[in-house]
Amino acid sequence: MIVGSHLVKRYFGGFEAIRDVSFEIEAGKMALIGGHSGAGKTTLLKLMGAIERPTSGSLVVGGQNLMAIRNSALPFLRRNLGLVFQDQKLLFDRPALENVLLPLEIIGLSPREAQRRARAALDKVGLLAREKAYPIALSGGEQQRLAIARAVVNRPSVLLVDEPTANLDEGSAKQVLDLFAAFNQVGVTVIIATHAPREIPGHDLQLLTLDHGQLAP
Amino acid sequence: MNAWFRQHYAAFSRAIRRLAAAPLNTLLSLLVIGIAMTLPAAGYVFLDNIRALGANHTVIQQVSLFMETGASGKAVAAVRQRVDERLPGQWRFVPRDDALRQLKNTEGMAEIIAALPKNPLPDAFVLEPIDADPENLESLRAEFADFPGVAHVQLDSAWIKRFNSFLRLGMQAVNLLALVFAVGLVAVTFNTIRLQVLGQADEIEVARLIGATDAFIRRPFYYSGILQGALGGLAAVFLLLSGIAVLNPSVTQLAALYGSDFALHPPGFAYAALLVALGAFLGWLGAQLSVSLALRHMK
Ligand SMILES: Nc1ncnc2c1ncn2[C@@H]1O[C@H](COP(=O)(O)OP(=O)(O)OP(=O)(O)O)[C@@H](O)[C@H]1O
Ligand SMILES: [Mg+2]
Repeated sequence: MIVGSHLVKRYFGGFEAIRDVSFEIEAGKMALIGGHSGAGKTTLLKLMGAIERPTSGSLVVGGQNLMAIRNSALPFLRRNLGLVFQDQKLLFDRPALENVLLPLEIIGLSPREAQRRARAALDKVGLLAREKAYPIALSGGEQQRLAIARAVVNRPSVLLVDEPTANLDEGSAKQVLDLFAAFNQVGVTVIIATHAPREIPGHDLQLLTLDHGQLAP
Repeated sequence: MNAWFRQHYAAFSRAIRRLAAAPLNTLLSLLVIGIAMTLPAAGYVFLDNIRALGANHTVIQQVSLFMETGASGKAVAAVRQRVDERLPGQWRFVPRDDALRQLKNTEGMAEIIAALPKNPLPDAFVLEPIDADPENLESLRAEFADFPGVAHVQLDSAWIKRFNSFLRLGMQAVNLLALVFAVGLVAVTFNTIRLQVLGQADEIEVARLIGATDAFIRRPFYYSGILQGALGGLAAVFLLLSGIAVLNPSVTQLAALYGSDFALHPPGFAYAALLVALGAFLGWLGAQLSVSLALRHMK
């Protein structure tokens, strides 16, 4: 469960990207964060992922109060979250498989088990055949799916996804959204920021729409 | 415990991969580190060899014991007996007549000596103790100086003092050199690790975002520094041994001209291990400073 109340994020320089936002997303739900460009979608996701600290208000993710958490505890919190960044942040100096291995190296999994899990994750997103390909050699949709594989390889309970379909054609976008729907079906809380919220057939979606940092009614 | 070991092993292999990923850079910095360590290391080995040469028995230390010119035969006999007790077989007696004869044979001295009314030279004992330790020589001097009939005991130790102060100066110079090169070594590691950190900036950023601890990020760079230093130390050992092997034929040849069988002794295993360990420590230090600084800039 993710609960925010009277959340404010003021960036260095004084700009308020999130202004008094309160919401509640139940565990196992799928939620979309909509809103125009600059509305604060990424900022809200970063707050939930403990990448940015709230300026005031309170934010509880999976029972942890992010206002009170110590810096040294942050890495361990993040390991329970799967993050797909707006700019994906793939590592272009290594093949697909190695990109997916990184989160597993971080938690110190044995190489054998890590390989097995990374391949399973690649398989889930339909990229197992491209495991040796470098990201530069992947299409936009494939890169997006690679980023998703890296986010889910740790079996997180919460997936935070930023603009997963922004640069994809209709077919690839559907493929990617179906993936999230599948993860959600097995109990993962999925939160997707997107400037163009759309229906996912057969899915009960919670919609949060931001407007200039505030939640639209 | 198992996970701990695995994490360190993984960091170690990442460090090796990073070093291997830029073989030319790695080779060059190993060479720089190796040479930087070779110079002071060679200095210590050289001084050690020189010290061994100084303590060598083939270089006889003499103590000259001059009797009073009018000393009685009884006094001379007493000294002779005492000397033989103290240093059996390590002394010789030079009667004043022999000494005069020797002097006469010296170029240009014959006429001067012929003009003398009587032999001005005293009887003398030349002591050549096997134990040429400066303290031992000094105690000999003290003992015989008070002996009846003995006019003067001369210790030929001036060169020992010179030799020792030369050694001390050399040691100081080499210590200074070692300090300078240690700083240089830390600086070299600092720079190579800094470049590595900058080259891995993307990975570091992503790793942080997905839950890497600070230790996870730093560890490979520490191993990298340690490895570089240790391998540099190994290179220094290799250079040192090669240098000694190359120089030794000439050294033994030169020593032979002076009637000595002196040869440079290569350093032992402990010294080699010390060099490697020292390199590893300095490499770790450089990496530690470098990573702390680079990561602070990246936050
Ligand atoms: N690090 C930052 N420092 C200062 N201002 C920032 C920072 N990051 C974002 N902002 C500002 O906060 C506002 C919200 O940004 P955010 O990235 O959350 O928007 P968004 O809804 O994700 O937009 P987009 O759809 O274009 O991705 C923007 O006006 C942006 O300029
Ligand atoms: Mg955004």
